[in-house]
Amino acid sequence: MSVIETQGFKLDNSGRRVVVDPITRIEGHLRIEVNLDKDNVIRNAVSTGTMWRGLEVILKGRDPRDAWAFVERICGVCTGVHALASVRCVEDALKIKIPDNANIIRNLMHSTLYAHDHLVHFYHLHALDWVDVVSALAADVKKTSELAQAISSWPMSSPGYYRDLQGRLKKFVESGQLGPFKNGYWGHPAYKLPPEANLMAVGHYLEALDFQKEIVKIQTIFGGKNPHPNWLVGGVPASINVDGVGAVGGINMERLNMVAKIIDDTIAFIDNVYIPDLLAIASFYKDWGAIGGGISSKNLLCYGEFPDIANDDSNKSLLMPRGAILGGNLKEIHPVDLRDPNLIQEYVTHSWYKYPDESKGLHPFDGVTEPNFVLGKNTKGTKTAIDNVDESAKYSWVKSPRFKGQPCEVGPLARYVTYYAMGIPEFKEPVDMVLKKLDVPLTALFSTLGRTAARGLEASWAAHKMKYFFDKLMANIKAGNLSTANVEMWEPRTWPADARGAGYCEAPRGALGHWIRIRNTKIDNYQCIVPTTWNAGPRDPQNQIGAYEASLMNTKMAKPDEPLEIIRTIHSFDPCLACATHVISPEGEEITRVTVR
Amino acid sequence: MIETFYDLLRRQGITRRSFIKYCSLTAASLGLTPAQAQQMAQALQTKPRLPVVWLHGLECTCCTESFIRSAHPLAKDILLSMISLDFDDTIMAAAGDQAIAALEDTITRYKGNYILAVEGNPPLNEDGMFCMPRGRPFVEKLKHVAKDAKAVIAWGSCASWGCVQAAKPNPTKAVPIDKVITGKPIIKVPGCPPIAEVMSAVVTFVAAFDRIPQLDRQGRPVMFYSQRIHDKCYRRPHFDAGQFVEQWDDAGARAGYCLYKMGCKGPTTYNACSTTRWNEGVSFPIGSGHGCIGCSEDDFWDRGSFYDRLTNIKDFGVEFNADRVGAVAAGVVGAAIVAHAAVGAIQRAATNKPKA
Repeated sequence: MSVIETQGFKLDNSGRRVVVDPITRIEGHLRIEVNLDKDNVIRNAVSTGTMWRGLEVILKGRDPRDAWAFVERICGVCTGVHALASVRCVEDALKIKIPDNANIIRNLMHSTLYAHDHLVHFYHLHALDWVDVVSALAADVKKTSELAQAISSWPMSSPGYYRDLQGRLKKFVESGQLGPFKNGYWGHPAYKLPPEANLMAVGHYLEALDFQKEIVKIQTIFGGKNPHPNWLVGGVPASINVDGVGAVGGINMERLNMVAKIIDDTIAFIDNVYIPDLLAIASFYKDWGAIGGGISSKNLLCYGEFPDIANDDSNKSLLMPRGAILGGNLKEIHPVDLRDPNLIQEYVTHSWYKYPDESKGLHPFDGVTEPNFVLGKNTKGTKTAIDNVDESAKYSWVKSPRFKGQPCEVGPLARYVTYYAMGIPEFKEPVDMVLKKLDVPLTALFSTLGRTAARGLEASWAAHKMKYFFDKLMANIKAGNLSTANVEMWEPRTWPADARGAGYCEAPRGALGHWIRIRNTKIDNYQCIVPTTWNAGPRDPQNQIGAYEASLMNTKMAKPDEPLEIIRTIHSFDPCLACATHVISPEGEEITRVTVR
Repeated sequence: MIETFYDLLRRQGITRRSFIKYCSLTAASLGLTPAQAQQMAQALQTKPRLPVVWLHGLECTCCTESFIRSAHPLAKDILLSMISLDFDDTIMAAAGDQAIAALEDTITRYKGNYILAVEGNPPLNEDGMFCMPRGRPFVEKLKHVAKDAKAVIAWGSCASWGCVQAAKPNPTKAVPIDKVITGKPIIKVPGCPPIAEVMSAVVTFVAAFDRIPQLDRQGRPVMFYSQRIHDKCYRRPHFDAGQFVEQWDDAGARAGYCLYKMGCKGPTTYNACSTTRWNEGVSFPIGSGHGCIGCSEDDFWDRGSFYDRLTNIKDFGVEFNADRVGAVAAGVVGAAIVAHAAVGAIQRAATNKPKA
């Protein structure tokens, strides 16, 4: 086997091959294969998306005003992000300006998602990588209480509380039916927390499970349900009526009070539970500040989010700005334009799709996709029973997006590093606080731990921004501004015969773009490049590896058969594979003509 | 020895009194009689926690996200005290080989006694490899786990009908699970996603009564899917009075008028949204100003725009698909609605001009 050098990594697939499939506690289906050297250090990493749904193909010929509902179903975890990118791309194409209230309500719904999504990720998708549930059984409840009270003023912290919790946990374990905790890596040497910290974290795992359902009620108030609230091209569907006939059934003072209370509770939970837990747990895993960095110290990409001024997506308006960092040069922020055909391109050399010329990438406006499920000659197994993929050929349902030809990491870490580099105080100061508290250098940011810490800081940032957006909404209502939708361009007869639009979104998992072409009032072409495509994508024609693959390189595994280190780093990205695996056909032609029923 | 649900609650310090109260409340929320509540209490006292295996095919995980929103009972209590969720990719601690070992252990140990819950569906094109966990077609895994299951729950519109990936032209040939699982009772719990408390009620019902709930001809629990959203909609009086929203955010929208003219599919959609509502009863789509998009109905993606007004007989729901005789009656209702809306619009235009 040959050794491939790329981006400062040496990819060597000669050692023992370890497969982790399914990667659990993620959205969708992901497979990781690695090669280990004799010291159990990862010397080659291969990321394979194992599902494809073809939603953009399905959108062809439909009403552009319906698109948000289809693409919202790309993902039910980061629910709403695709809907938001979709209404934005349609509004961009048709030059629709939305009212200020609609902009604020969208920001409020989106910041609600950030708070919810990050919280659920930390406790329910990531915590068990760091927290040993079984070890919690050995905790001293009085010491657990002391620990909890030392790090936070959160009231649920008495010895009695932890005694009850431990009792419930003990009985659960003794029942022999371990449910979701069955066959976990309990007792693995990579777990470092003392029993008391484990017990505290298990308590907060359960409290967070109870609390997360409260946060999303804000989306329910404005969007009618969660997951998958309703959106609207031209604004938001919910009307405001605080003081008139029919107010009882709409967005009225009672609803607004509910929103205000949920925001206060969300800020309290994140700042008094999530952040203290994050810092406490991180203090036992400082070594992970030097593991799993991948390409985060080199290439980072942000599309920006939370326009403070309606219909203005310049960095003057975006509370999370747009920009890219390349080659690790933090002094230069590259501008990002979703419409520029030379900036963002997708490659399929190693993806199960076909291009006429696969040595070149294509901008989404000109994208070509045709499924092409072929396996390389070094594949182990058969076409329907793959034991090892062949990374020298096609090996993933995820494409490889590149910015100026470079693979980039996207997500909370990309944002925090970029905004740190831009010197924005509300992002920079919390980072400095965490680095100081943990007593680790700035370079510790470029790591698995850095990714997880950035997400926590961002959850707090988003929770406080929810309050900011709510206050803006109240000020507008006070001033008598109630408008929530612009219907001037609602009727398709008012549209141009041919229009193209790009919709940006900075989703919790990173930069998300939707591109639409509308011809004769119908969708002619629709494309998405989503955050997990950037992070999970396979190699490109130059054999450059993506963020997941790079992040696993050179990690030492304590017990290769129990791949805790791999899932720790992969989980730090918060993978969303249903998002990542989408394509559009070349001229929108049908890929198959099978009728099911 | 495997302990029962009741033992577990008792050992967790829950008194017999509150246990009985829990059973009564749960029974009441399911519309059951006091005698059935007793039966439920009896069942929960004598059985181990019900093993559940939750598989994911082509999907978006909205069903899981909805499930963890359940407020009564709390998702935490379902997981710790009511069922034993032995396999679920989305929340389980183990990954890779250890996760699959847990799955196989449950299949063997509880042969014929576990519930298979399916989120998403299998694609059949490309030999099933459009969804290939462990490098194998998902459809194989689905059939393998279904074989020894006691019953199957089809979560959401993906597993029940096919949903968005099966919308035309269905490039992966995604099919509802009843196309590939045969010989097992299948409870369809459609919706995109289903309401959290509907999901938890279905699971609790099966765990408590050791039987599947009464299903309609399409396989849906009648307790939640036998009425149209329109039948119990709080805006229904506006429909009856001919008061409609004419455009987004007009005076009618602000006054909470009927959304029928904005494309609301409530009149043809069977679900509990207007009664149980969403997220602990906070709201439901119509309550927040958008029409129902009909997400619990078969093929709802391919019935025209979500903003097209219902005019067509064949849009009128369950009877057309399930019962030809009913289709005729529904057709009459459909035509009547259109006529009524037109009259209503004229009446309203004369009396109550909306200010946009």
